[in-house]
Amino acid sequence: MARMKFLCDADRCIECNACVTACKNEHEVPWGINRRRVVTINDGKPGERSVSMACMHCTDAPCAAVCPVNCFYTTADAVVLHSKDLCIGCGYCFYACPFGAPQYPRVGNFGSRGKMDKCTFCAGGPEADNTQAEFVKYGANRLAEGKLPLCAEMCSTKSLLAGDSEIIADIYKQRVVKRGYGSGAWGWRTAYRETVAL
Amino acid sequence: MAFLFRYLRLIVGAWVLVSMAMAATPSGAQHINPTAESVKEDQLLKQTKRVVGECTLPDRKACTLEQPRGRDWRGWYQGALRWIGGLAILGMIAVVIAFYFIRGPVRIEHGRTGRVMRRFGGFERFVHWMATVCFIILALSGLNLTFGKALLLPVIGPEAFTAISRWGKYAHNYLSFPFTLGVILIFLMWIRWNLPSRIDLQWMMEGGGFGKKHPPADLFNAGQKSIYWVVVLGGALVAATGYVLMLPFWVTGIVGMQIAHLVHAMVALLYIAAMIFHVYMGTVGEEGAFEGMWDGTVDENWGKQHHSIWYEREVGKGNSPTLPPPPDGKAQPAE
Repeated sequence: MARMKFLCDADRCIECNACVTACKNEHEVPWGINRRRVVTINDGKPGERSVSMACMHCTDAPCAAVCPVNCFYTTADAVVLHSKDLCIGCGYCFYACPFGAPQYPRVGNFGSRGKMDKCTFCAGGPEADNTQAEFVKYGANRLAEGKLPLCAEMCSTKSLLAGDSEIIADIYKQRVVKRGYGSGAWGWRTAYRETVAL
Repeated sequence: MAFLFRYLRLIVGAWVLVSMAMAATPSGAQHINPTAESVKEDQLLKQTKRVVGECTLPDRKACTLEQPRGRDWRGWYQGALRWIGGLAILGMIAVVIAFYFIRGPVRIEHGRTGRVMRRFGGFERFVHWMATVCFIILALSGLNLTFGKALLLPVIGPEAFTAISRWGKYAHNYLSFPFTLGVILIFLMWIRWNLPSRIDLQWMMEGGGFGKKHPPADLFNAGQKSIYWVVVLGGALVAATGYVLMLPFWVTGIVGMQIAHLVHAMVALLYIAAMIFHVYMGTVGEEGAFEGMWDGTVDENWGKQHHSIWYEREVGKGNSPTLPPPPDGKAQPAE
């Protein structure tokens, strides 16, 4: 089976935020929830670099490990999803996540968090595929339709790649060889304990 | 001649075209790396242990690209903390059971006289029991977050477990206020009786209430003073870190939140272990102790045996042991 991953080619990302907009629109993500975001390092200085970041769907996901109610599960494609029905909004997954993927709506008093929301790799949630119930809670389920995540599809420079690990690593490697430079697969060592050999 | 010029223009034009085409083709030796100046991920992680940049979102947390430290937090929480806390609590339960069966409860040596004297007033008892009830619910809801997944979830299933955990979270957040108030009042009410003194050293050297010759003590003996300071200092720590956790990112960033969580959980688990011993001593562990905090009065011989300094002073003040009033309020002559 495929092992789904994201790879953002930081040398191509132009910070256009098309990925952010696509995700927001496709899943009707409410205000304040940032499933995907673009972070720019050394902004304005020589050597500025932008990376698009959402959930990396880690191997041995730390969010799943620390969840007190075990609301996470990993699909056969290695996509890390969770159940909003079981989530109690404790916030532990955010402390554990190296990438800041979990997002919480502010619904209660004090700093009370609502149910956690995050990038689903466009794979929905535990509800039946492509039903209204699933869409309302988790957004569109493109994987069930045989499509890849919309953020990568909409990327204007094809810097954001999403799909099977072998295939996207290969694409990236070919790019690096052809153009002669590459800063590596950002986040891969932290998420998957491996990196793309260049 | 004109014939030649025409061809010359053609030849020169063709030559210029070919030269331009050659110049435009990149040669193998000239590979420009436009991002040579840029930082690398490994470099950033080595320097600062996190990768922070700029983003267009108002939530400043979103500008952190990577904080691998979250993995360390997970390791500490799921690993060391659960083991230390779990062993502390189970160990203390084992100690208490061993104490009961080997040493047995501490009895009132000369038996009860039936005459009782005032030990704790209404306000003191109210504060103590308010803190107690809050502590029990806080402890259970807190233990559920750390151990519930392994112990309770397999028994009752995910939906019921989520419901219990959710209500436990609400209870934990709201009861933190009366509990904190209780700890503050306990601190203020009893601070003058819990300052360490030479009598405490003597008491501990002679084995306290477990020794052959029961050493003297004031209102609180050295054991109770230790419990007091555990309650006050432990309570202060869990309250402070607890409020940091309850108002996430109000006063600190993610590193502070991770530290606050670990301190809160570790102190709370050790606190629970200490309270297990306190509950043992205050109930089955020592005859005549519980009623002091429940009814507010203690037997004369209990007072003389365990808190002789306090006993002498109280009698001197006029707080003499007397027979308790009969339950129906009417004195019946002996038949």
